[in-house]
Amino acid sequence: MAHEREGAGSSATKATLKIWRADAEVAGSGELVAYEVETYPGMVVLDAIHAVQAKQAPDLAVRWNCKAGRCGSCSAEINGKPKLLCMTRMSTFAPAEPIVVTPMKTWPLIKDLVTDVSHNYRVAKKIPPFAPRPRDADGRWRMQQEDIDRIQEFRKCIECFLCQDVCHVLRDHHETEEFVGPRFLIHLATLDMHPLDTVDRRPMIKDEFGIGYCNITRCCTEVCPEHIVLTDNGIIPLKERVADDFYDPLRWIARKLFPPKHKKRLPVLPDAEPARPLGVPAPANRAETVDAEE
Amino acid sequence: MADKVVRLPVVDGLGNTLRKDNWWVGPLVTFSVLSGFVVYATLRAFEGAHYAWGPYLSPLASPYFETRDLGVPLLTPAILILPFPGLFRFTCYYYRKAYYRAFALTPPACAVGGRAQGHYNGERKLLVFQNLHRYALYFALLFLVFLWHDFAKSLSWEGELGLGVGSLVIFLNCAFLTLYTTSCHSFRHLVGGSVDSYSTAPLGALRFRLWSAVSRLNVDHMAFAWISLAGVVLCDVYIRSVATGAIQDVRLL
Amino acid sequence: MAETKYETHQHDVLVIGAGGAGLRAAIEASAMGLSVGLICKSLLGKAHTVMAEGGVAAALGNVEPRDSWKVHFRDTMKGGRYLNQWRMAQLHAMEAPARVNELEEWGALFDRTKDGRILQRNFGGHKYPRLAHVGDRTGLEMIRTLQQHGVHTGMQVYMECTVTRLLGDGPSGAGASRRRGRVTGCFGYWRENGKFVVFEAKAVVLATGGIGRAFKINSNSWECTGDGQALAYLLGAELMDQEFMQFHPTGMVWPPSVRGTLITEGVRGEGGTLRNKDKKRIMFDYIHPLYASETADTEEEADRWLAESTSGVASTARRTPDLLPRDIVARAIHTEVKEGRGSPHGGVFLDIFSRRSAEDIKKKLPAMYHQFKELGDVDITKEPMEVGPTAHYTMGGIRVDPETQETCIDGLFAAGECAAGMHGANRLGGNSLSDLLVFGRIAGLHAGRYAKATAGKHVDPAQIEAFAREALEPFDRDEGVNPFAVHEDLMNVMQTYCGIMRNERDLKTCLKELDRLKEAAARTKVVGGNRHYNTGWHEVIDLRNMLIVSEAMARSALARKESRGGHARDDFAEMDPAFAKVNHVCRAAGGGMELEAAPLPEVPDEIKKVLLEEDR
Repeated sequence: MAHEREGAGSSATKATLKIWRADAEVAGSGELVAYEVETYPGMVVLDAIHAVQAKQAPDLAVRWNCKAGRCGSCSAEINGKPKLLCMTRMSTFAPAEPIVVTPMKTWPLIKDLVTDVSHNYRVAKKIPPFAPRPRDADGRWRMQQEDIDRIQEFRKCIECFLCQDVCHVLRDHHETEEFVGPRFLIHLATLDMHPLDTVDRRPMIKDEFGIGYCNITRCCTEVCPEHIVLTDNGIIPLKERVADDFYDPLRWIARKLFPPKHKKRLPVLPDAEPARPLGVPAPANRAETVDAEE
Repeated sequence: MADKVVRLPVVDGLGNTLRKDNWWVGPLVTFSVLSGFVVYATLRAFEGAHYAWGPYLSPLASPYFETRDLGVPLLTPAILILPFPGLFRFTCYYYRKAYYRAFALTPPACAVGGRAQGHYNGERKLLVFQNLHRYALYFALLFLVFLWHDFAKSLSWEGELGLGVGSLVIFLNCAFLTLYTTSCHSFRHLVGGSVDSYSTAPLGALRFRLWSAVSRLNVDHMAFAWISLAGVVLCDVYIRSVATGAIQDVRLL
Repeated sequence: MAETKYETHQHDVLVIGAGGAGLRAAIEASAMGLSVGLICKSLLGKAHTVMAEGGVAAALGNVEPRDSWKVHFRDTMKGGRYLNQWRMAQLHAMEAPARVNELEEWGALFDRTKDGRILQRNFGGHKYPRLAHVGDRTGLEMIRTLQQHGVHTGMQVYMECTVTRLLGDGPSGAGASRRRGRVTGCFGYWRENGKFVVFEAKAVVLATGGIGRAFKINSNSWECTGDGQALAYLLGAELMDQEFMQFHPTGMVWPPSVRGTLITEGVRGEGGTLRNKDKKRIMFDYIHPLYASETADTEEEADRWLAESTSGVASTARRTPDLLPRDIVARAIHTEVKEGRGSPHGGVFLDIFSRRSAEDIKKKLPAMYHQFKELGDVDITKEPMEVGPTAHYTMGGIRVDPETQETCIDGLFAAGECAAGMHGANRLGGNSLSDLLVFGRIAGLHAGRYAKATAGKHVDPAQIEAFAREALEPFDRDEGVNPFAVHEDLMNVMQTYCGIMRNERDLKTCLKELDRLKEAAARTKVVGGNRHYNTGWHEVIDLRNMLIVSEAMARSALARKESRGGHARDDFAEMDPAFAKVNHVCRAAGGGMELEAAPLPEVPDEIKKVLLEEDR
């Protein structure tokens, strides 16, 4: 059971926010606290949180940067749904209902709405980077728009990590060491489909990066604030490409008879950094926890 | 222990969520409809009769092979056929989402706690055969040929060109199945999705056009999956009904 | 008081700020085989560079073969009203194409021309289509490319770390000598847990961006609080051209929640027009004499130019006035609104829906489409946008050597928005992204060279003790003011008295108000007990930085008795040739801020010739 402090008074232009307050370094902390804010036209949840911060709780921790849905910093869960705080309008909620704002579940909690997403940066370092073929004679590369339309969609990714948060393989099954998650599968798809790239990452996509864990339930696509169709345009085509190389018996025979020109194979890059560079013990998500909903 | 760690707003466990909407409606509907179809198809498979009437042939038993003389107990023409389209749908990238959510509960809905498992393997161990969806597609494409042939036959009334309501039902079924099959993710990969650079690959321009066309259909793959499933049932129900005499086919031409 | 606990990291080159310039500098220094640390206040890849929309200016000549570095250089100098450091503008124009091509090598995917090269679009003040772009999210593409390349070069990234002070071993702040000691590292804290951290470094590159958060209506993220400028100033470096603040003409004005949020100039580059409430195209009335010869004066000519220049035809028509430099357009909108011809919410209309098909708009301006749809309930394929000026970019910043980007402190470099000189009095759209790449690299290169030639440095423990005490002060006060309230106050003061139109009385009021706010800032108190991700505490430190840079801005603005580029005064409405020869430089002296009018470097004859050349 969560403890709640109640705000006082109410009027038609007010809304109640219940924000998760917790501090990983304060033992046993963690509760939903109710705050009342005045609403105005166009207000988004992040505005409401800023209002709370300015007047009622100056130490309320929240990440944000651009407040225009471009940087992907203010990821959280609003009424249980992973969303960007800056792109969620207050007017989409019934005025009488309190709006519950909680941190992303998948990552270790640091404080209030801030979680430790450093895992994603470690994964990014493990992926061998783009390596283009030699330039054309005039020192440039030719690529047609139709060659890159498909991957430009994936490059819209703002790294909000909401897809990582909602992906049940990470969220429920905590397979963070076995599975890179949707954000990095579409990054790998970008590299695999890049017209200039020369590295074959498919073995690692299959093995170390665990594409087989994905059961294409499409929650990543549902939550993507950039409306990237991760599953159908990125992950499934990548699964098909992996199937080409590893599961298709006819293709296997064809390869034996007519060996193709292979892209070059590289190993997964070493995981150089410790899990938490700051040496702070991560609060274990699976350990002692508490049910929050009333 | 309790004082060592921070408390969290939502914990692991089936159905645990802070979502306030009716997230369970979607999986429940999927569960009911898919179960209904499986029950219906199973009953029809074992019924072993009423697959054809006049120039009409039910898609559940097409192509038609007589099984009575084989002497295998319980074997019917439908049982012989159903595994192929069944496998295509079972390994389909859309249906996988539908039943992983509604039946396997991994997860039942987004940001809702999934079924706990000893070790979650996804499609890596038992389900690794899902990677052969393309072979199910090859059969499905072949079956499309048979089904369109069935439609052609449904226009032939003892050697004369004709058209009944059943022909139209069969036509709709063929059309829906064609849309469903050609919007398939594996088909999209096959016709051009595997190309990295259309402007330089052999037949690149053609493959880009094909891939683009299939990509447009693919957006509605889910819709086609449901519509075509309903189409199959509708078609079979119609043919069975006329075959049992429950209703009369109407000859239009 | 007990001795302060802190962790220490050592690097050859330390880069503070991980936007485009910081990343590019770190990549360059890493490529030299040096140990490089990169510090950012946010997570990596969230820096304000992601907000850049329209494109990166480089004379690639892909769409218009007549383009060259000389034309780009000329456009830049003209746009900056000739107050630019000519050498920086030259280096920038010459090196930008190589920097853009290099991004492609690292995986960037720019939109393409029909023959498969990088596509370029029109932008304000650029004579030819020059901006390499990716729809309207060029900054994101750039930062992601640099980030993905950078993390594989061996640099160490320190995320969510705030630097509160630079460490130095010179006599800081005093003396009139040109060189003011050496930088030895920096002092800061982890935002996550408030623990202190010290970085020892042979060379430090500042790449911390702008100061937009000092204004009420701005397009900037919370990070843009002038940190680099303030850190450098506190160590004795000089700030230059601070009076020049760019107000981007097109920010959102409604609803209030998103007031100031940027709308890319790319909308006008793709054919968008500015109209007042009478549906009249306003820009034909505001053609600056400097641009009269190259700007269309009829709608017919403007439209012909647009159609031709975007289809790859060498246009004989002159450019549309909607694409005049930003300072001119911003003031035009300001005037229209002031004279009562504005839109319902105090802006003007920006119309793209009647100019391009819905499909084109969604393809070329997808982020704009979503931004208005989701935040403003406006469908820009069916109705006009309401737009107004928003504080966007500071042309001023840390004074650096044009050749090396080094400040007057040994081993301290600056690049990007926090450095001054490249853009003069007004920046052209698209030049900031190329600025980041060109000068990020130059700063990284010279910082690397400096580090290689320098023996290890040692930080002074007494300095660290003092800075730790300073950082913790706001916790120790029994009572005090709310830092968020002081910030709110500052934003209103700067918006009102040092905004898009200034005059002597307002600027004097501004300075007085800033004195009051400095006093208030000295009494801010952090509530909420501990140092763990304490946003109130973070605000206190940002506030100090913003106040320093705001003061430099107001002082410089007061001294510049003319209107030029991003600095406009209604009491001196014209450009004054006397002020064309000086940059205003601010430095700490005798417990206060001193201002000097420094003469611009002489432009060599061969460069003068380039400036005067006309295209055939």
